[in-house]
This record gives sequence, structure tokens and C-alpha cells, in this order.
Amino acid sequence: MTMTTDTIRIDDRDIPFTPGQTIMDAALAAGIYIPHLCHHPGLPPSGNCRLCMVKIGNRSTAACITTATAGQQIRSDTPELNATRKTITQMLFVEGNHICPSCEKTGNCKLQAMAYHFGMLDDHFPQFYPRRELDASHPDILLDRSRCILCDLCVRASRDVDKKNIFTTAGRGTQAHLIVNTPSGKLVDSPIAKTDLAANICPVGAILIKEKGYEVPIGRRIYDWQTIRETGLQEQVELKNKD
Amino acid sequence: MEPDKPASSPATRRIAIDPVTRVEGHGKITLLIDDDNHIVEARFHIVEFRGFEKFIQGRPFWEVPFFVQRLCGICPVSHQLAAAKAVDQIVGVNQLTPTAIKLRRLLHFGQMLQSHALHFFHLSSPDFLFGFGSDPTKRNIAGVLEQYPEIALKGVKLRKYGQRIIEAITSKRIHGTGTVPGGMNKPFTLPERDALLADIDDILQWSLDAVALNEHIHTAHPDHRDFGSLHSHYLSMIGSHGELEFYHGDLRAQSSGGGDLLAPFDYCNYQRILSEEVRSWSYLKFPYFSALGTEQGWYRVGPLARINNCAFISTPLAEAARLRFKAYGHGKLVHDTLAYHWARMIELLHCAESIHLLLHDRDISGMDLQVEKGKYQLQGIGVIEAPRGTLFHHYLVNDEGLVTQANLIVSTTSNNQAMNESVRTVANQYLDGQEITEALLNHLEVAVRAYDPCLSCATHALGKMPLQVTLQRVDGHVLHQLTKNTEGAIQSSPNKH
Repeated sequence: MTMTTDTIRIDDRDIPFTPGQTIMDAALAAGIYIPHLCHHPGLPPSGNCRLCMVKIGNRSTAACITTATAGQQIRSDTPELNATRKTITQMLFVEGNHICPSCEKTGNCKLQAMAYHFGMLDDHFPQFYPRRELDASHPDILLDRSRCILCDLCVRASRDVDKKNIFTTAGRGTQAHLIVNTPSGKLVDSPIAKTDLAANICPVGAILIKEKGYEVPIGRRIYDWQTIRETGLQEQVELKNKD
Repeated sequence: MEPDKPASSPATRRIAIDPVTRVEGHGKITLLIDDDNHIVEARFHIVEFRGFEKFIQGRPFWEVPFFVQRLCGICPVSHQLAAAKAVDQIVGVNQLTPTAIKLRRLLHFGQMLQSHALHFFHLSSPDFLFGFGSDPTKRNIAGVLEQYPEIALKGVKLRKYGQRIIEAITSKRIHGTGTVPGGMNKPFTLPERDALLADIDDILQWSLDAVALNEHIHTAHPDHRDFGSLHSHYLSMIGSHGELEFYHGDLRAQSSGGGDLLAPFDYCNYQRILSEEVRSWSYLKFPYFSALGTEQGWYRVGPLARINNCAFISTPLAEAARLRFKAYGHGKLVHDTLAYHWARMIELLHCAESIHLLLHDRDISGMDLQVEKGKYQLQGIGVIEAPRGTLFHHYLVNDEGLVTQANLIVSTTSNNQAMNESVRTVANQYLDGQEITEALLNHLEVAVRAYDPCLSCATHALGKMPLQVTLQRVDGHVLHQLTKNTEGAIQSSPNKH
């Protein structure tokens, strides 16, 4: 990989980038955290969650899908953008059924960690209380759509890494939902395995390995001792080390 | 007309205490009074709807212990443990490791200790230290702290100690985790053990003091003997030798005259023994022994039932206290409703002693926390003695691991009829043509409070609950009204006659 001397500027800090690299990847590689939920190092970007919205001049764009270009003047960690990100996080909460107090993902949940990151103290918006189907048909894996934030990570992981193409999204707007690519629509009829990346990448509690959630005690879960900023940067380092 | 109540004749009046204070959750008392000021009917209504049995349907079974513990902010451990026992059955586990079972017992003793301390010292002691009809602005834990700081601080520290045990095992003082199917999720460390051992001598002494105080209060006041007292049947768990048992054992049903109603039975057969009646005016059901019917089959649970039902207590100090309790009752059942407090403190002492023993047990710090799961079952029943009485959790699950049906009989449910009867008894005893006063109002609440009802299984807002008592004619005309605002100030309405 050839390094260039070209740089972009994020919040008054000049950082290098490689040709074709997104603003998100360049930022994370330089140790600059831009909040995100649907981005995962090593997977193609999707621009779904919109938490990584940054300003280039007067233009708003998602950092995960915008290619870095020499000389870009980017604002990310500003009160205005963080307020917007907090609002987006609140919207993600009210669109689903998130029962953090008893959810087995609590402490390991990126959505919850993001809420803490932004100091979110309430949902602000009225709850949608959507009725979403729960699929417990698979012996090892639970799909609880109530918690799905449509980040698309399982879709990309299954398609691009596991090479099984098990998930996709269907519907539009508030009717959008995750579906399983089998004639029955049930996980049990898919080739998914509990070791697949798609079964383990969900940032919330929508795709879970059955009967495991409460084995890690409170206090030893990821976000009990790390912030989402730290883990967000760490994921990039882990990918680099893997390469 | 509802079958369980007499008709309200044109000559009756209705009095409502809404809500009842210094209890867990929200309820109200209504009285129907005739022209001679005799109580026609007394009702203790539970005006909350919780719905847990319904909305856990369709949820995975391993989530249940942590879902249903949210029923309560005071005794969530009891709900978690009862559900965990049911989940153990579902995953085919009949026997936990020694460490896991002792951790669960320690957790349960901690829970029982903090709940009992909270109930007596924070909620009920003001009634006994200041008098049922004393100045309501002082009749609260703040008043106790001011006038009897030593007693109040013991109560606060006893509760804190129980919460420290809960925190050590579940990682949180309220609504932690801890149990997993077939065991526990974290070991109890030696530093955690040593920190608790450092304070156990104080806890034992304060528990002894609490028993002595309650023993004195009850025996020094002859009028307490009959206050809301009922000749009821009793139901509770007992150990394999008939001893006081909170975590696991058969259930004993004893008749009001003493002696077994039936042989001690496996709690998994509870549906053959117990039925529940629904009445339209309360969200709380009315359980009864099926064989005796709704009129004769109601019973009491909780500390009074447990101390009456057990043959002995396995720890020496509590056993000595139990023997004094039995001597007070001349060896027979003690039916005094206010003796619930005394029995509760005997249990508090038993918890302190049991905690002491478990902290010295080598198994408690073991690392063998879980057993292999067995054959998956489509049903799980978990029963435990919660602070307020026998607690039933019963779940049916499908092949995918989702709950299809749930039945919870919480402790307060079993005392529902008894609380109603006690309210009626006290109302007859003390109302008797009197003008409504705050003191009278509190007498009714004292009767309810003895049972330590957990109406919502929710956290309480101590001293902040508004309260209104209205005396009105059957035509709706308000004769007299007393109102307590959120600051505790009492106002009499201007249209007093």
C-alpha cells in the first residue's frame, strides 16, 4: 500500500490518507473517532445509520461512504453535529423495542454505548412500539427483530465474508425490516452457523447466540470498562494487525 | 352485584383510603358503613396492573429471570431466583454444584435481610415507636432518625449489609444478574467475603436487638394481640426435617387450629392444591386451597406462616427466639397479625446467622459454578420463600425455547384475603361511629402494613404519596374529606358536617 503525502483536515488536525480510502477509515487509522454503528472495519460501507455525518464546508455527508480527497476541510466533533448524532440515536431507540434493563446485550450493546457517549438521558420522541417477528427457529441463534436498527452489518458479513448471503432488508421507511433469504423466511432453514461472522457482528441484541447472554457478569462486559470511542478505534487497530 | 360482597344498601356510606402509604406499591382501602357505623364490607384494592405474565409470552426462557425481576425493586432477587429454579428445570438440571447452590442461598439470605430490615425499620417502626395515632409529620423514618437515631441507623446499616451481599454476587444492589441456567455466572471472591465478614458481628448483634425490640413491643402491648388478628390457615416452605427453609423444600399447609391440612407436598404439584379466584374490583387474585373452597380455603403466607409452620430453625439464636415466640403462643399457632413483625425479625436473625455460616464455608468461594445441561423440558416450576411469603413461578415453553404461558403467584397475592379480613377487623374495632381522623386512617394502614405487602413489586416513594380519605353518602354527597399532600400536610375539607 503506497502512502501519499496528501492530507485531509479533520477538526484542525491534518491526517494522511491513501487513495480510495474513506474519510472514516482515514480518521480511524489516525486515531480520530467518528461515531458510527453501521461501519465495521473490513466490511464495505453502507451509510445506513447516519451517525458519522460530518461537514465538508457547508455540505453534510456520511464519513463512512465519502472518499477522502486531498485538502478536504472536515468538521466532525462539533456541538451541532454531536447534537444531531444524539437525536439520531434517540430515533434509533424509539423505532425499535429496546428493553435495556433486562436485555441480555446490555453492557455489550453499541447502541446503548452510543447513548452513553452522547449523554442521552431520555428517548425524547414517542415510542413506536413496533410489532416485529421474533425468529427462534434455529437451535443456536436467535433473531429478535425488535432490537434491529437496520445497520446492515449482518447482511454484509453474511454476503461478503461468510459467503452465505443469508440476510437482506425489505420494505421501506418504517416498514423496513430484516428478512432471511430462505423460502420459509426462517433461520432454521438457512445455512447460518453460530461461528459465522453474521451471527456475531450484530451491534445490538437482534442476532444472538442462544442461552449465552447472561453468562458474562455485569461489570465485565465490554462497555462496563471501555467507551465506544475506545472500542471503535480498537476495531481498526485489530483489523490492521490482522492484515 | 358481585358475589363476594353484600349489596350496598341506600343507607351505606363509602370511605376510601387512596393510596395506602408506607407499603411497596399502590393500593387503596374502601369501607362500606351502615347507619349504625358498622362495617358492612372492607376491601383492600390493588389498583395497579402489571401484566408480566402476558408480556413475557413469546420471550426466550433464559431471559425470563432478568425480565421478571423487574416486577420489584425490593425483592428482585426472589423473583430472579424463583425464575432461575424454573429455568433449571427447563434445561434439565436437577442439582447445582455446591458452590452455586450456596451462592444462591447466600444471595437469598442477603435479600431477605435487607427487605426485612427495610420493612420494619423504615416503614413500620414509626407506628410502634411513636404510636399508631401519633403526629403523622413525625411518624416516618426521618422522625425515627431524629428521636431514635440508634435504632434507625441499625436499620439502615442492616439493609445496607444485605444489599452489599446482593451486589457482591449479582454485581448490582438492585436488578443485577448472577443466575444462569444450571448455576451462577461469577465466583464470590475472598476479598468480597472478607469485607463482609468484617461487619458480621455487628449484624448479628443488631439482629438480636431487632428481635428483642419486637418481642418487647408485642408482649408489652396486650391490645396488639387482637389487632387485626385472624384465625387463618398457613402455607410455607419447610426443609427436609421440617425446619425453616427459604430456598428449596416441600410446602406445608397447616390449618388454623394447628396440624397439617394435608401432607407436605412437592411444590411442582401446587396446581392440584391451590386455585386462584379473580374478583372484579382488584387486579390481585385470591388464592385458596382448592379442597376447602373460596370461603374457607384462604390462607396466610410470610414470616408468621413460616415461623408457625416450621418445626425448628437450624441456627441457634433464631431458634431460641422462635421458642420464646412459641411460648408466647403457649405452643399453639400464633395468629396475631402484628406478630408478623416479631416473626419477621426472628427471620432476620436467622438470615444473619446463616450468612455468618456461609461466609465461613469453603465452598462459597469455589470456582465450580455451573453443571452441564440435561434434557430440555417444556415446563419449569420454581418456588421460593420470598420475604413476603411463598412465591410461585411457572412457565411453559415451546420447542424453540420461547415462553408460551406463565403463571406467577406472588407472595402478597396469597395474603390478599387476609389483608382484607384484617382491615375489616380493625375497622370494626376502631371506627365504631368515630369521626374519621388521620389516626384512624393509620390504624387501617397498620393492619395492612403488618403483611409487608408488595403491591406493585415496585420502588416506593416514601413520604411523598398523596392520600385522600372521603366520607360520602350513598348519593355521592361528600360529608367529610381529609387530604394529605405530597409534603405530608393534612387538610380537612371545608364541607365537613
